[in-house]
Amino acid sequence: MMRRTLTLAALALLAVAPLVLAEYHVTLMNYIGLAGIVTLGLVLLTGVGGLTSFGQAAFVGLGAYTTAVLTTRYGVSPWLTLLAGLALTFIVSLCLGFITLRLSGHYLPLGTIAWGIAIYFVFGNLDLLGRYSGIAEIPPLTAFGWSLSNDRSFYYLIWAVALLALLVMRNLLDSRSGRAIRTLRNRSLMAENFGVDTARLKIIIFVYAALLAAMSGWLYAHFLRFVSPQPFGLNSSIDYQFMAVIGGATELWGAMIGAALLTLLKEWLKDLLPKVMEQSGNFETIVFGLLVIAMLHRTRDGLVPYFVRLIPAAPRRLQSVKTRPLPQRAQPERGELILQLKGVSKSFGALAAVKDLSFDMRSGEILGLIGPNGAGKSTVFDLMTGVLSADNGEIHFCGARIDDLTGREIARCGLARTYQHVRLLPSMSVLDNAAIGAYLRGREGVWSASLRLDRAEEARLRHEAVDQVGWVGLGGRLFDAAGTLPLGSQRMLEIARALCADPRLLLLDEPAAGQRYQEKQALAELLRALRQRGVSILLVEHDMEFVMGLVDRIVVMNFGEKLAEGSPLEIRRNSAVVEAYLGSVT
Amino acid sequence: MDLAIALWLCQDAVTNGAIYALIALALVVVFTVTRVIFVPQGEFISYAALSLATLQSGKVPGTIYVLIGGGILVAALDTVAVLRRKSVQPLLGSLLANIFLPVAIAAAAWWSASRPNDLILQIVVTLAIVTPLGPILYRLAFQPLADASVLVLLIIAVAVHYVLTGFGLAFFGGEGLRARMFPDLQFRIGILNISGQSIGVIITSALLMVLLALIFGRTTYGKALRATAINRIGARLVGISYEFSGRLSFALAALIGAVSGILVSPITTIYYDTGLMISLKGFIGAIIGGMTSYAVAVIGSLMVGFLESYASFLASSFKESIVFTLIIPVLLWRSLMTRRVEEEDES
Repeated sequence: MMRRTLTLAALALLAVAPLVLAEYHVTLMNYIGLAGIVTLGLVLLTGVGGLTSFGQAAFVGLGAYTTAVLTTRYGVSPWLTLLAGLALTFIVSLCLGFITLRLSGHYLPLGTIAWGIAIYFVFGNLDLLGRYSGIAEIPPLTAFGWSLSNDRSFYYLIWAVALLALLVMRNLLDSRSGRAIRTLRNRSLMAENFGVDTARLKIIIFVYAALLAAMSGWLYAHFLRFVSPQPFGLNSSIDYQFMAVIGGATELWGAMIGAALLTLLKEWLKDLLPKVMEQSGNFETIVFGLLVIAMLHRTRDGLVPYFVRLIPAAPRRLQSVKTRPLPQRAQPERGELILQLKGVSKSFGALAAVKDLSFDMRSGEILGLIGPNGAGKSTVFDLMTGVLSADNGEIHFCGARIDDLTGREIARCGLARTYQHVRLLPSMSVLDNAAIGAYLRGREGVWSASLRLDRAEEARLRHEAVDQVGWVGLGGRLFDAAGTLPLGSQRMLEIARALCADPRLLLLDEPAAGQRYQEKQALAELLRALRQRGVSILLVEHDMEFVMGLVDRIVVMNFGEKLAEGSPLEIRRNSAVVEAYLGSVT
Repeated sequence: MDLAIALWLCQDAVTNGAIYALIALALVVVFTVTRVIFVPQGEFISYAALSLATLQSGKVPGTIYVLIGGGILVAALDTVAVLRRKSVQPLLGSLLANIFLPVAIAAAAWWSASRPNDLILQIVVTLAIVTPLGPILYRLAFQPLADASVLVLLIIAVAVHYVLTGFGLAFFGGEGLRARMFPDLQFRIGILNISGQSIGVIITSALLMVLLALIFGRTTYGKALRATAINRIGARLVGISYEFSGRLSFALAALIGAVSGILVSPITTIYYDTGLMISLKGFIGAIIGGMTSYAVAVIGSLMVGFLESYASFLASSFKESIVFTLIIPVLLWRSLMTRRVEEEDES
């Protein structure tokens, strides 16, 4: 309850602040709120999504200049210019996002730096925008005959927007889309395998952050009633990024705390340093830079996450909600041809990882794919799930050709997998990790999640996740961070996640690795029960005892080629297989 | 625009493009080896140019204090590391390199300031002041976070940029400085006057590029850097120290920056904050090369030079906007070339 108390205390302080603070401090608080709104966008973009932008100030400028020009030149109502500014920002950020976000990480910061500089010079050189001297006499905001012309009244508007933005962001992150956004940072490959369109989500959060910045710009223009290019340059963008990093880009409150710290620190240094040093100069940038470096050396995640860890969170309990279970996919007829590989090949340079591999699989079957290390088993999985594309051959799944589809299209066909190297989100709860698997079984998007219109579907998704986690035996650890589980349990969680996708075919990459004897037995029981339910399973595994006792049929690979195929008994007696595993006696 | 102007702009373009190409190379070296997007690269340029101009006016540049101060900090960190037994590196070497060497360079700076006509000496001293700043910065700011994400390293780089610009303002003031022309030659080819200065820039840049190619292609150190760039863990396993590669790449970057600074100092007035713009244009060149290809980065930088030069003639107030917008079609093209989702493994 500590955290809730703290939040309430912070809100109460914010509410009474303008009544007790001096005019100057209220103005400072307004600046903090304005910066906080922009930084909140960066928390989503950078802290959660792992994308960096040095162009946020340019979006603030876009919002500010749109309203400045439209209200002073054309007398448009400020409330309409807000919409115009947001629309313009939407279009610009969508275009920018489209061209930079498909590329790997470091193009976005560089692309946004360039865009920020370019737009800065446009602000400074267009007659329409008042060149470097800017636009003055922007009208104040009025609502219901009330004019928000002093700092105290504006304080409430700014902070209402800031807190609303905070609330909406919290809603967003606690949803189907929110879970998917969290995968962008370094689990996007896995997310694609569960049907998440990561490129699209990246663009969405980029646009989202840009819109928050434009909102702040609109407020800024009517708060100051004057705009000039200077606060929308690269340095301001850098400041916003600093605020996010210092506050702690993984916690929403970090945005506000970072904005406050940085704004106050700058004010304080401006006052203090000329007294300490005789010369006037740019000493605040030096001290400031040094503080940022020192802080990041101490705590990489920023200040708020550092302190949040010290405050106990309320223990979370599962609330039983009455909800209909999610609809299930019809499993194909038992014995029907479900998977077919025809002459599949894949080479990495001169190394042929898979050579002319063909095999079939029938519905309701557990097929073991075995072979010595480096035989190409995991490559086969990657080819089947769109992680790699085959050089030659065809893969058919449930009647559709899948070898030229992307990972998420394949996921739609009903194919789910686990990974040889576990790909969970270690800081996210077991429950949320599993729920990622059910991504394709929901449809609510970013906007409905932000407005909490997704709760009915969310309850069904979570219900499914709780079921599957319980089914693999982790029901007692629903709210623990996935990274705290032992490796064997993490593998079980990966299976639960795959089951949440309601698959027709389950690909398991070494599920028994890291499990103890009893756990292996339980795993085998579980897989048999799945087969009973009509799910087909393709299994890569090294533990021969485990494989032999479980599977219906085995395909043996060696050096990328199929060496043998047959029932466990036939494989045991096959001299070529024995030779591949144990070497030949000559 | 007649032919003479077109040709003159062309000369301007190649001269600037050559500088951007050098910067782009430095950025690519640093990024591939350490994953640092090295924003402060431009500060090496302004430090070198301003130091040279200050020496020419018979004064001692403030950059020596940055050098000595930084050296003392590095030595202190190394001493602490040895005391805590985290490092087995011999302490004497660190003290020599980080305290004795900067002091010696400072002494040389004092001496050369009193000989305002000895251009060669002043150039050598300028290089000696700026180049060690690279490894010092690496040791102080980046090495403790060597395994951090690209983002954290980028933020650190920006913070370092702030600190260095702040020092630049404190030591050189807000006024710009321009070094005296090197002994100047004018060539006439047809209707075009070619200044010896431009030729100097182009030849030096070309020589430096050849030198880099030789370092990377032929020497063990260069190959160690390449190995680190391709596979950090692999390089470590065969005994290439990550710290060593980092320092070496930063030293190369600082050297390249210093040379560029000396080359531009007689051509344009350099202010304490000019470096950022130059390095950002180098960045565009580097981005065109995908931050990994040296050859394409050079071509990209020349493109930036041409665009800037002709834009400044045709629409001078939008020069910067046009140059920085160039990145957009480039990114678009790169974006359309990539199909698959990339996964960054960051801890």
